[in-house]
Amino acid sequence: MVGHGGLAATLVVRRPDFVLDLALEVAAGEVVVLLGPNGAGKSTALRALSGLLTLSAGQITINGVVVADSTRHRPPHQRPVGVVFQDYLLFPHLSVLDNVAFGPMSRGTSRSAARRIAEGWLERMSILDLAMAKPRLVSGGQAQRVALARALATDPELLLLDEPLAALDARTRLLVRSELRRHLSDFGGAAVVVTHDPVDATVLADRLVVIEHGRVVQAGSPSEVARRPQTDYVARLVGLNLLRGVASGHLVSLPGGGTVQLAQSATGPAYVAFSPAAVALFARRPEGSPRNVWLGLVTSLEPHGAGVRVEIRGAPDGSSSILAEITPAAVADLEIVPGSSTWVAVKASDIEVYPDQARD
Amino acid sequence: MVGLLFLVLPLAGLIIRAPWRDAAQVLTSEAATSALRLSLITATIAALITVLLGVPLAWLLARPTLPGASLLRALITVPLVLPPVVGGVALFTLLGRSGLLGRPLYAWTGFAFPFTPYAVVLAQVFVALPFLVLSVEGALRTADRRYEEAAATLGATPLTVFRRVTLPLVGPGIAAGAVLAWARALGEFGATITFAGNFPGTTRTMPLEIYLAVETDPGAALLLSVLLLATSVAVLVLLRGRWVRRW
Repeated sequence: MVGHGGLAATLVVRRPDFVLDLALEVAAGEVVVLLGPNGAGKSTALRALSGLLTLSAGQITINGVVVADSTRHRPPHQRPVGVVFQDYLLFPHLSVLDNVAFGPMSRGTSRSAARRIAEGWLERMSILDLAMAKPRLVSGGQAQRVALARALATDPELLLLDEPLAALDARTRLLVRSELRRHLSDFGGAAVVVTHDPVDATVLADRLVVIEHGRVVQAGSPSEVARRPQTDYVARLVGLNLLRGVASGHLVSLPGGGTVQLAQSATGPAYVAFSPAAVALFARRPEGSPRNVWLGLVTSLEPHGAGVRVEIRGAPDGSSSILAEITPAAVADLEIVPGSSTWVAVKASDIEVYPDQARD
Repeated sequence: MVGLLFLVLPLAGLIIRAPWRDAAQVLTSEAATSALRLSLITATIAALITVLLGVPLAWLLARPTLPGASLLRALITVPLVLPPVVGGVALFTLLGRSGLLGRPLYAWTGFAFPFTPYAVVLAQVFVALPFLVLSVEGALRTADRRYEEAAATLGATPLTVFRRVTLPLVGPGIAAGAVLAWARALGEFGATITFAGNFPGTTRTMPLEIYLAVETDPGAALLLSVLLLATSVAVLVLLRGRWVRRW
């Protein structure tokens, strides 16, 4: 329970085809990113927090005040919450200034005072020169700043951002991302950001919460999550090979019968993660230092950055497949084509092993 | 192309055949000016009433959760496909001096609708309301509901949301619907003559005046028709620039 400041929520939303069941705590000043694939329930969680959706069960407490539980539901306009929507939803009939002044005015501030507040926010976002423009005339990056200013102008205790960078092109995104990070750091309340982009998540988050199928599957600091993924989805996002097995000493046994050699020892249900760049391919069985050596079948090749990503099935055992990242030269030397077999080697010291929290 | 000719040629014929020499005399006659004045006043009042009655109805219809919405919509569409004369008969049956509601009303207050300008307005509202409701409902449906949600998260009460977000967003749709309703009311003939009667100065609107003139003085009928045509086109053009631009 958060004693003073911040958000404490248990969100349960039941739909015929979907259940969201999520516990979320965000301290004041903290930025938590909800990361997950489409349809995982991220936006549903935000709608529930903002009051646009009624909880089936659970409780939402903001700064010690219960705004929703199984019997109470404070409507959105009575919650101290600011929302930045995915495509910003700036009111097309109002100027940029009046968009930002809309919140303070709706909460009882006089028109002139609300406009002064709005001017202050536009100045902070360095877009005061756009004050009189209609939203359809401003660029994507500017619209994002207007939306953020509009949400912050009501002085919320909880700030919600739904895919705040998804509407931007790649170049603008880069700029706006670091700028958004700065504004979020300045914000004193609790902030929840929803995204499906791992880079956005890593840059913006103090803490990551990964959601799949309406449930939390992993939580932790961005570097922790990136180093030790707990699901295939997260492993793919951060670009790691992930295998699941049972560890005993320096060996992890995989369900398909294969084993993985470790440099350190572990016990119990465990994940094994290693980078595709740590995977070496050979035409003949390599000899020498203690390493994992398996025989696999190349299923696909595709360019990845400056190198080539090779997907290999059957390694370490019949039911697994892993990715290797090698140079185009190596592809030519080894004469790798889809359907050819290859020797796969991974140094034990390049392998990260950690407990499987779901089965622990 | 044939369709376009079919639409344009009769109007062109009207203008070509009109006896322009008599124009000044016919158009300034007491009958013509009083009919035009009555038409403009009643049609404008009728358009305002359709906005007042129609916008809430359209708002109700546009709600996705309304039970029986399709039945309601069908009921509203009926006056659209009903011959206006039948509408007039129906209004007379209900509100005539011996009608279902008209009789108690007359007994109580001594007032009866038929043969008054009020009846003209009622008949016009009856035929024009569906145009407005359907037009505004369309505007409400295409308006993005999420703007209302955004406003709510900014602290706006439902009333403020409606006033400051919903109304401005569907404003052009309401204006277009009102113009459509006004034009329909201006041209109303069947329900008016059946329900309101045909008294010069009180219920004889331009369409009725034109109909009478066709029998007695076809040349005057042509001129009056051109006048009515010019009036409605002028109003549509004026409003288009101001209100209906975003369409």
